[in-house]
Amino acid sequence: MSVIEVSELRKSYGGRAVVDGVSFAVEEGEIFGVLGPNGAGKTTTVECVEGLRVPDAGRVRVTGLDPVADHARVARVLGAQLQESELQPKLTVREALELYSTFYDRPLDWRPLAERLGLTQKLTTRFGKLSGGQKQRLFIALALVGNPRIVVLDELTTGLDPRARRDTWELIEDVRANGVAVLLVTHFMEEAQRLCDRIAVIDKGRVAALDTPAGLIRRSAGGTVISFTPSAPLDAHELNTLPALASVEDRAGRLTLSGTDETVNAVITLLARRHVTAHQLRVVDATLDDAFLDLTKTDTVTDTKTDTITDTQEATA
Amino acid sequence: MNTAVLRTEVRLFRREPGALFWILLFPTLLLVILGSIPSFRHHDPDLGGLRTIDVYVPVAVLLGLIVGGLQSMPQTLTGYRERGILRRMSTTPVRPTALLVAQMTVYGGAALASGLLALAVGRVGFAVRLPEQPAGYLLALVLAVLAALALGAVVSALSRTTKMAGAIGSAVFFPAMFCAGVWAPVQTMPHLLARIVGYTPFGAAAEALNRAAAGHWPGWTHLGVLVIWTLLLTAAASRWFRWE
Repeated sequence: MSVIEVSELRKSYGGRAVVDGVSFAVEEGEIFGVLGPNGAGKTTTVECVEGLRVPDAGRVRVTGLDPVADHARVARVLGAQLQESELQPKLTVREALELYSTFYDRPLDWRPLAERLGLTQKLTTRFGKLSGGQKQRLFIALALVGNPRIVVLDELTTGLDPRARRDTWELIEDVRANGVAVLLVTHFMEEAQRLCDRIAVIDKGRVAALDTPAGLIRRSAGGTVISFTPSAPLDAHELNTLPALASVEDRAGRLTLSGTDETVNAVITLLARRHVTAHQLRVVDATLDDAFLDLTKTDTVTDTKTDTITDTQEATA
Repeated sequence: MNTAVLRTEVRLFRREPGALFWILLFPTLLLVILGSIPSFRHHDPDLGGLRTIDVYVPVAVLLGLIVGGLQSMPQTLTGYRERGILRRMSTTPVRPTALLVAQMTVYGGAALASGLLALAVGRVGFAVRLPEQPAGYLLALVLAVLAALALGAVVSALSRTTKMAGAIGSAVFFPAMFCAGVWAPVQTMPHLLARIVGYTPFGAAAEALNRAAAGHWPGWTHLGVLVIWTLLLTAAASRWFRWE
């Protein structure tokens, strides 16, 4: 059963469509990632799920309920960590955890939660005196303290050091293991690749792709990257006509080609045929990083072209 | 009303030494300073046989609620909005209204406590008679607190930032203190000025408190003025207040 359903969601600010027809569904016990460049509409989308924003059009359902009309019931089952929010500066960590526990019918015991998030030493520290990472960890605790069925985490590990980041990932995996659905907004590819079962790549207010991390990498044009320094120059035409080639780049004599396994085989054949040795030959699978750049790049390039044309027209006019 | 939120806000209020001093102690301190001036303890025929210190007790009572309602509360509330505290609260089953109600209760309670302290110190220190019409006095005082809180809520609704709340709060603060009679008690104002001041929330409050102190019912005109202000200001605040 889908615990979050978003269909054809639209939201504009000042005539500019920030979210422009986004649809996805999150299943129980799933970690669902929302990935996208800055300003792509990720936060606005999850704020509609949290009931903080009223959509202009489209449908949002959380456990079958409308997060705006049925806000109180949705808030009982949904824990949220917002991208930018604070607490009262003189409220201590313990007081915050105790206070937020009282908001829910069946809260978790906040002590083990604080322990796992490394906050035990900071219980008597006031919010205003916490470091960025400590504040972040407290907000993660507050998102989980209500024992929610759904957790929405906007930029989960921003401001955390690598150790704390890994600990947090483990915590989220444990939370999911208990059947909780996690909606995760992130721009850390490593985080998305490690945690997410499925990812929606959002670009310019639309879903550019929705797949598993492996699926996204596979479907992006340059799934495999081969790089080497040839002992003798290779013919540009022969390189450009390699099968399934996505891109070719020559940087100071070092060639980097991306494509598929077929491309790799063709390169090796070509090298053998021309009796060229490949120094420092490396073949790597593209990462989610590459897939992300590939999925969100096309539009940007088109846009730049359009801009250029417009500029020229304006210049002519 | 969410008691956990209220308890938290009371606790946080106790951690603000500035607010504690200016709301709870300053009005009484001012009363003590004025009472230490010997001539202020003499009966004055211009004041209907009252002493200056007698006239300043209601002023001190109003001062605490003006400082709390117009200076402290709007800054705190605007800060809560600016820092996204209200927004964070919006994602919980407890609506941010709980925070607003708790804030008003804290500042309203502090203003009342400040007023009672001024009355007590006036009685014990300077033999100022306690209000002879206590029910009327309390009613006028409660209405004045509500008007002050509503005015503070409007200030907060109109201010996008804490700095703006401070600026607008101060702009309203000084006229409010003037009307309450901090510089010249309403009884000493020229007749026309007193009439005009009587239509402002704190002018009406001062007149109502004076009458009740002297043993009369505060007068429906003054109480009515307070009620109308409270209703108008509350409507304006709920119309313009933004949660984020």
